[in-house]
Amino acid sequence: MSEVPGTWLAGLQGGLLIGLAAAMLFALAGKIAGISGLLATAWRRQDSAAGLARAFVLGLLVAGVVGTYGLGIAPAMLPGINLPTLIVAGLLVGFGTRLGNGCTSGHGVCGISRLSWRSLVATMTFMAAGMVTVALLRMGGQ
Amino acid sequence: MKLLSGFICGVLFGLGLVISGMTDPLKVQGFLDVTGAWDITLAFVMVGAIGVSLPAFWYLRRHQKPLFSEVFQWPQAKHIDGRLLLGAAMFGVGWGLSGLCPGPALVSVVQGGQGILAFVTSMLLGSWLHDRFVRSV
Repeated sequence: MSEVPGTWLAGLQGGLLIGLAAAMLFALAGKIAGISGLLATAWRRQDSAAGLARAFVLGLLVAGVVGTYGLGIAPAMLPGINLPTLIVAGLLVGFGTRLGNGCTSGHGVCGISRLSWRSLVATMTFMAAGMVTVALLRMGGQ
Repeated sequence: MKLLSGFICGVLFGLGLVISGMTDPLKVQGFLDVTGAWDITLAFVMVGAIGVSLPAFWYLRRHQKPLFSEVFQWPQAKHIDGRLLLGAAMFGVGWGLSGLCPGPALVSVVQGGQGILAFVTSMLLGSWLHDRFVRSV
Protein backbone atom coordinates (compact mmCIF):
# COMPACT_ATOMS: atom_id res chain seq x y z
CA MET A 1 0.00 0.00 0.00
CA SER A 2 1.41 3.33 -1.05
CA GLU A 3 -1.45 5.19 0.63
CA VAL A 4 -0.31 7.16 3.67
CA PRO A 5 -2.55 6.23 6.60
CA GLY A 6 -2.18 9.81 7.88
CA THR A 7 -5.20 10.82 5.79
CA TRP A 8 -7.12 7.88 7.28
CA LEU A 9 -6.34 9.16 10.76
CA ALA A 10 -7.41 12.68 9.77
CA GLY A 11 -10.59 11.20 8.33
CA LEU A 12 -11.29 9.36 11.57
CA GLN A 13 -10.59 12.46 13.68
CA GLY A 14 -12.76 14.69 11.51
CA GLY A 15 -15.45 12.02 11.58
CA LEU A 16 -15.41 11.92 15.37
CA LEU A 17 -15.90 15.68 15.41
CA ILE A 18 -18.81 15.42 12.94
CA GLY A 19 -20.41 12.73 15.09
CA LEU A 20 -19.90 14.83 18.22
CA ALA A 21 -21.53 17.86 16.58
CA ALA A 22 -24.50 15.76 15.41
CA ALA A 23 -24.92 14.22 18.88
CA MET A 24 -24.67 17.64 20.57
CA LEU A 25 -27.22 19.26 18.25
CA PHE A 26 -29.73 16.56 19.13
CA ALA A 27 -28.92 16.48 22.84
CA LEU A 28 -29.07 20.27 23.20
CA ALA A 29 -31.65 21.38 20.64
CA GLY A 30 -33.44 18.15 19.75
CA LYS A 31 -32.67 18.62 16.06
CA ILE A 32 -31.22 16.13 13.59
CA ALA A 33 -28.04 17.48 11.97
CA GLY A 34 -29.13 17.10 8.36
CA ILE A 35 -27.51 19.85 6.34
CA SER A 36 -29.87 19.85 3.37
CA GLY A 37 -32.88 20.05 5.69
CA LEU A 38 -31.37 22.73 7.92
CA LEU A 39 -30.40 24.78 4.87
CA ALA A 40 -33.92 24.60 3.45
CA THR A 41 -35.33 25.58 6.85
CA ALA A 42 -32.86 28.43 7.32
CA TRP A 43 -34.24 30.61 4.56
CA ARG A 44 -37.91 30.13 5.38
CA ARG A 45 -39.42 33.30 6.73
CA GLN A 46 -42.21 31.87 8.81
CA ASP A 47 -40.80 28.85 10.53
CA SER A 48 -40.08 28.59 14.24
CA ALA A 49 -37.15 26.29 13.49
CA ALA A 50 -35.48 28.83 11.18
CA GLY A 51 -33.45 30.52 13.92
CA LEU A 52 -31.69 27.33 14.98
CA ALA A 53 -31.08 26.36 11.35
CA ARG A 54 -29.62 29.79 10.58
CA ALA A 55 -27.32 29.59 13.61
CA PHE A 56 -26.07 26.18 12.46
CA VAL A 57 -25.49 27.29 8.86
CA LEU A 58 -23.66 30.38 10.13
CA GLY A 59 -21.47 28.03 12.18
CA LEU A 60 -20.63 26.04 9.03
CA LEU A 61 -19.60 29.25 7.24
CA VAL A 62 -17.43 30.30 10.19
CA ALA A 63 -15.81 26.86 10.15
CA GLY A 64 -15.01 27.47 6.49
CA VAL A 65 -13.29 30.75 7.34
CA VAL A 66 -11.37 29.16 10.23
CA GLY A 67 -10.39 26.17 8.10
CA THR A 68 -9.23 28.27 5.19
CA TYR A 69 -7.55 31.21 6.88
CA GLY A 70 -6.88 29.87 10.38
CA LEU A 71 -5.83 26.27 9.88
CA GLY A 72 -4.90 26.64 6.23
CA ILE A 73 -6.06 23.11 5.45
CA ALA A 74 -9.08 23.76 3.27
CA PRO A 75 -8.00 22.59 -0.18
CA ALA A 76 -8.16 24.49 -3.42
CA MET A 77 -11.59 24.30 -4.97
CA LEU A 78 -12.83 22.08 -7.72
CA PRO A 79 -9.88 21.57 -10.01
CA GLY A 80 -10.88 20.48 -13.48
CA ILE A 81 -14.66 20.54 -13.13
CA ASN A 82 -16.28 22.83 -15.66
CA LEU A 83 -18.99 25.32 -14.86
CA PRO A 84 -21.97 23.68 -16.64
CA THR A 85 -21.20 20.39 -14.85
CA LEU A 86 -21.12 22.18 -11.50
CA ILE A 87 -24.45 23.87 -12.19
CA VAL A 88 -26.13 20.61 -13.17
CA ALA A 89 -24.57 18.90 -10.14
CA GLY A 90 -25.78 21.68 -7.84
CA LEU A 91 -29.34 21.43 -9.14
CA LEU A 92 -29.32 17.64 -8.71
CA VAL A 93 -27.91 17.88 -5.17
CA GLY A 94 -30.36 20.62 -4.15
CA PHE A 95 -33.45 19.00 -5.65
CA GLY A 96 -32.48 15.40 -4.88
CA THR A 97 -31.71 15.95 -1.21
CA ARG A 98 -35.10 17.62 -0.71
CA LEU A 99 -36.96 14.91 -2.63
CA GLY A 100 -35.15 12.17 -0.72
CA ASN A 101 -35.35 14.02 2.61
CA GLY A 102 -31.65 14.06 3.34
CA CYS A 103 -28.03 13.93 2.35
CA THR A 104 -24.77 12.51 3.65
CA SER A 105 -25.34 13.97 7.11
CA GLY A 106 -29.05 13.42 7.71
CA HIS A 107 -29.27 9.94 6.20
CA GLY A 108 -25.62 8.86 6.13
CA VAL A 109 -24.58 9.82 9.65
CA CYS A 110 -27.67 10.54 11.76
CA GLY A 111 -30.06 8.11 10.06
CA ILE A 112 -27.72 5.16 10.20
CA SER A 113 -26.90 6.06 13.81
CA ARG A 114 -30.61 5.90 14.61
CA LEU A 115 -30.65 2.46 12.97
CA SER A 116 -33.17 3.66 10.37
CA TRP A 117 -33.64 1.25 7.45
CA ARG A 118 -34.97 4.12 5.36
CA SER A 119 -31.77 6.09 5.85
CA LEU A 120 -29.58 3.06 5.24
CA VAL A 121 -31.35 2.43 1.92
CA ALA A 122 -31.04 6.12 0.99
CA THR A 123 -27.32 6.09 1.83
CA MET A 124 -26.67 2.93 -0.21
CA THR A 125 -28.62 4.49 -3.09
CA PHE A 126 -26.74 7.80 -3.24
CA MET A 127 -23.39 6.08 -2.75
CA ALA A 128 -24.15 3.62 -5.56
CA ALA A 129 -25.35 6.45 -7.83
CA GLY A 130 -22.20 8.43 -7.01
CA MET A 131 -19.97 5.43 -7.73
CA VAL A 132 -21.63 4.78 -11.09
CA THR A 133 -21.34 8.48 -11.97
CA VAL A 134 -17.62 8.61 -11.15
CA ALA A 135 -17.03 5.36 -13.06
CA LEU A 136 -18.73 6.89 -16.13
CA LEU A 137 -16.71 10.10 -15.73
CA ARG A 138 -13.51 8.05 -15.65
CA MET A 139 -14.56 6.08 -18.75
CA GLY A 140 -15.15 9.41 -20.46
CA GLY A 141 -11.58 10.35 -19.61
CA GLN A 142 -12.22 12.74 -16.73
CA MET B 1 -28.86 28.99 24.51
CA LYS B 2 -30.58 27.02 21.78
CA LEU B 3 -29.26 29.36 19.09
CA LEU B 4 -25.79 29.39 20.61
CA SER B 5 -25.71 25.60 20.74
CA GLY B 6 -26.82 25.51 17.08
CA PHE B 7 -23.99 27.84 16.14
CA ILE B 8 -21.36 25.89 18.10
CA CYS B 9 -22.53 22.59 16.62
CA GLY B 10 -22.32 24.16 13.15
CA VAL B 11 -18.74 25.25 13.76
CA LEU B 12 -17.72 21.83 15.11
CA PHE B 13 -19.49 20.02 12.27
CA GLY B 14 -17.81 22.27 9.70
CA LEU B 15 -14.36 21.83 11.24
CA GLY B 16 -14.96 18.07 11.22
CA LEU B 17 -15.69 18.27 7.49
CA VAL B 18 -12.51 20.29 6.88
CA ILE B 19 -10.24 18.09 9.01
CA SER B 20 -11.63 14.83 7.62
CA GLY B 21 -11.05 15.75 3.97
CA MET B 22 -14.76 15.89 3.07
CA THR B 23 -14.31 19.42 1.72
CA ASP B 24 -11.85 18.14 -0.91
CA PRO B 25 -13.96 17.21 -3.97
CA LEU B 26 -11.13 15.11 -5.42
CA LYS B 27 -10.98 13.04 -2.25
CA VAL B 28 -14.74 12.52 -2.32
CA GLN B 29 -14.61 11.46 -5.97
CA GLY B 30 -11.68 9.21 -5.04
CA PHE B 31 -13.89 7.48 -2.48
CA LEU B 32 -16.61 6.98 -5.08
CA ASP B 33 -14.06 5.73 -7.64
CA VAL B 34 -14.36 2.05 -6.69
CA THR B 35 -13.46 0.83 -10.18
CA GLY B 36 -10.34 3.02 -10.30
CA ALA B 37 -7.87 4.32 -7.72
CA TRP B 38 -10.17 3.85 -4.75
CA ASP B 39 -9.42 6.11 -1.76
CA ILE B 40 -10.96 4.58 1.33
CA THR B 41 -10.43 7.64 3.58
CA LEU B 42 -14.07 8.70 3.67
CA ALA B 43 -15.09 5.33 5.06
CA PHE B 44 -13.03 6.30 8.11
CA VAL B 45 -14.99 9.55 8.32
CA MET B 46 -18.26 7.60 8.38
CA VAL B 47 -16.91 5.17 10.98
CA GLY B 48 -15.72 8.03 13.19
CA ALA B 49 -18.97 9.97 12.93
CA ILE B 50 -21.29 7.01 13.44
CA GLY B 51 -19.00 5.74 16.20
CA VAL B 52 -19.90 8.81 18.24
CA SER B 53 -23.48 9.52 17.18
CA LEU B 54 -24.82 5.95 17.29
CA PRO B 55 -24.23 5.49 21.04
CA ALA B 56 -25.38 9.09 21.58
CA PHE B 57 -28.74 8.53 19.84
CA TRP B 58 -29.12 5.20 21.63
CA TYR B 59 -28.59 6.96 24.96
CA LEU B 60 -30.85 9.92 24.10
CA ARG B 61 -33.68 7.63 23.03
CA ARG B 62 -34.35 7.01 26.70
CA HIS B 63 -34.55 10.67 27.61
CA GLN B 64 -37.57 12.93 27.55
CA LYS B 65 -36.32 16.24 26.22
CA PRO B 66 -33.20 18.03 25.00
CA LEU B 67 -31.36 20.46 27.27
CA PHE B 68 -32.39 23.72 25.61
CA SER B 69 -35.56 22.76 23.75
CA GLU B 70 -38.95 21.22 24.44
CA VAL B 71 -38.94 18.04 22.36
CA PHE B 72 -36.64 15.69 20.53
CA GLN B 73 -37.58 15.92 16.88
CA TRP B 74 -37.17 12.25 15.98
CA PRO B 75 -37.79 11.77 12.26
CA GLN B 76 -41.10 9.96 11.79
CA ALA B 77 -40.80 8.70 8.22
CA LYS B 78 -40.11 4.98 8.02
CA HIS B 79 -41.33 3.96 4.58
CA ILE B 80 -39.06 3.38 1.62
CA ASP B 81 -40.72 4.71 -1.52
CA GLY B 82 -39.92 5.88 -5.01
CA ARG B 83 -39.47 9.45 -3.90
CA LEU B 84 -36.75 8.47 -1.42
CA LEU B 85 -34.94 6.34 -4.00
CA LEU B 86 -35.24 8.87 -6.84
CA GLY B 87 -34.15 11.74 -4.61
CA ALA B 88 -31.18 9.80 -3.25
CA ALA B 89 -30.19 8.72 -6.77
CA MET B 90 -30.36 12.30 -8.09
CA PHE B 91 -28.28 13.50 -5.16
CA GLY B 92 -25.76 10.70 -5.75
CA VAL B 93 -25.29 11.67 -9.40
CA GLY B 94 -24.73 15.32 -8.46
CA TRP B 95 -22.39 14.26 -5.66
CA GLY B 96 -20.36 12.11 -8.06
CA LEU B 97 -20.19 14.81 -10.74
CA SER B 98 -18.92 17.49 -8.36
CA GLY B 99 -17.49 15.72 -5.31
CA LEU B 100 -19.65 18.06 -3.25
CA CYS B 101 -22.51 17.44 -0.86
CA PRO B 102 -24.40 20.24 0.95
CA GLY B 103 -22.24 20.51 4.11
CA PRO B 104 -18.83 20.74 2.44
CA ALA B 105 -20.28 23.05 -0.23
CA LEU B 106 -21.43 25.52 2.44
CA VAL B 107 -18.11 25.30 4.28
CA SER B 108 -16.18 25.91 1.06
CA VAL B 109 -18.35 28.72 -0.28
CA VAL B 110 -16.54 31.23 1.96
CA GLN B 111 -13.43 30.69 -0.15
CA GLY B 112 -15.28 32.26 -3.04
CA GLY B 113 -14.52 31.50 -6.66
CA GLN B 114 -16.76 31.03 -9.64
CA GLY B 115 -17.09 27.24 -9.37
CA ILE B 116 -18.24 26.91 -5.78
CA LEU B 117 -20.51 29.96 -6.03
CA ALA B 118 -22.18 28.46 -9.13
CA PHE B 119 -22.60 25.13 -7.35
CA VAL B 120 -24.10 26.57 -4.16
CA THR B 121 -26.39 28.92 -6.09
CA SER B 122 -27.76 26.10 -8.23
CA MET B 123 -28.03 23.86 -5.14
CA LEU B 124 -30.19 26.50 -3.44
CA LEU B 125 -32.21 26.87 -6.64
CA GLY B 126 -32.76 23.10 -6.86
CA SER B 127 -33.83 22.99 -3.22
CA TRP B 128 -36.18 25.93 -3.76
CA LEU B 129 -37.67 24.42 -6.94
CA HIS B 130 -38.49 21.25 -5.02
CA ASP B 131 -40.06 23.05 -2.08
CA ARG B 132 -41.97 25.42 -4.34
CA PHE B 133 -43.37 22.96 -6.86
CA VAL B 134 -43.23 19.50 -5.30
CA ARG B 135 -43.70 19.70 -1.57
CA SER B 136 -42.97 22.34 1.01
CA VAL B 137 -42.39 20.39 4.20
